[in-house]
Amino acid sequence: MSEIKFKNVTKRYGNKQVLRGVNATWEAGKIYALLGRNGAGKSTLMRIVNNRTFATSGAVTLDGKSVVENEAAQNRIFLMSSAQLYPADRRLSWLFALTRRMYGGFDDALATHLLDAFELHDTAKIGQLSTGYQTIARLIIALCVPCDFVLLDEPVLGLDAPARELFYQELLATYAERPRTFVIATHLIEEVADLVENVNVLAGGEIVLAEDVATVLAKGRIVSGPAGLVTDYLRDTPVMRKQALGGMLTAYTLDAPLERPLPAGVTLAGMDLQRLFIELTRGERHEK
Amino acid sequence: MHFDASSVVPLFHQIAQQFTAGILSGAFPEGSQIPSTTEVARTYAINPATVLRGMNELVDAGVIEKRRGVGMFVVHGARDRLAAAQQAEFFAAQVPQVVRQAQALGITAAQLTAAIEREYSHE
Repeated sequence: MSEIKFKNVTKRYGNKQVLRGVNATWEAGKIYALLGRNGAGKSTLMRIVNNRTFATSGAVTLDGKSVVENEAAQNRIFLMSSAQLYPADRRLSWLFALTRRMYGGFDDALATHLLDAFELHDTAKIGQLSTGYQTIARLIIALCVPCDFVLLDEPVLGLDAPARELFYQELLATYAERPRTFVIATHLIEEVADLVENVNVLAGGEIVLAEDVATVLAKGRIVSGPAGLVTDYLRDTPVMRKQALGGMLTAYTLDAPLERPLPAGVTLAGMDLQRLFIELTRGERHEK
Repeated sequence: MHFDASSVVPLFHQIAQQFTAGILSGAFPEGSQIPSTTEVARTYAINPATVLRGMNELVDAGVIEKRRGVGMFVVHGARDRLAAAQQAEFFAAQVPQVVRQAQALGITAAQLTAAIEREYSHE
């Protein structure tokens, strides 16, 4: 099975340490969410994989071989980002043809289907497209390249809600047809929560959570009730945060003791991926 | 179908529950083909691995069967089996919960029984 592996990857820009030792694995055929606050280094991590920048130390490998200046590896990796790399006066059809030459393939049937679904014509000039349609054009390319690892950095930037939903549906349709690895870096956590199989959370320059979504949510709970009862119920249990309001206490935990009988007056609510992310990265200083 | 991301019920189990409801209501009759994993995944933008896990719960329960190369079908006798399982679940989980709530409110067994009998006699 193919995989991209990160070993102690660090990245420093001047005296700003963005990545402090990233260790992670992206396996073949899985969809990942890469979550992190603004400036956490999500884009940097993806750009390192795609050789648009280089790690200060550590290694990124594809099937055991460094991806750095490795053409065979880079042919299997595609990065879609908001960086405007295409000449404005060219038509989409030209861009599709160029992509085919660069990556040794392009799924024309899927491109035709997607152009139709998003109501876009390949005769359109890149520079004349609106922000949303420029994103759509980039997404079409990302879904049509033959690469095994497709990294999507903020893939729905500028897309309206119906277009975003359509994209998520089309992503899963092509994924079901040809399973490959997708890594989605996004702030719209709720929208991708059901879509992804695994989640990676980047905080403080490291991957602080890398887990199957179902597993991480299985025991994540928000426990509320009278303070004494909640505290007793969660004895010996690691708690991420407690919030007191008068005699009532709300506690956030990733490891609720579900085998214990729940005291009357105490309620359990599920923790969704967005709440989990907020609790996990609380206190992370926002820096630019 | 509708899925609740913040529910304590895992998403794969919600998928099994929705198909169970569909079979019980007759929306998916016995012997009929149910939508494929891919179709469900695409329609609701849910990871196919999650959908498959939910479907496999129903396969393991003997409610649906996979026919190689064709798809998944509701087995004959599935409705009776599901109805029996749901009754068992009702007695095991929901009745104790109602009784605990009644106790917390100071309602006696006699009062609760009388209320249940009144509710039945309305029909």
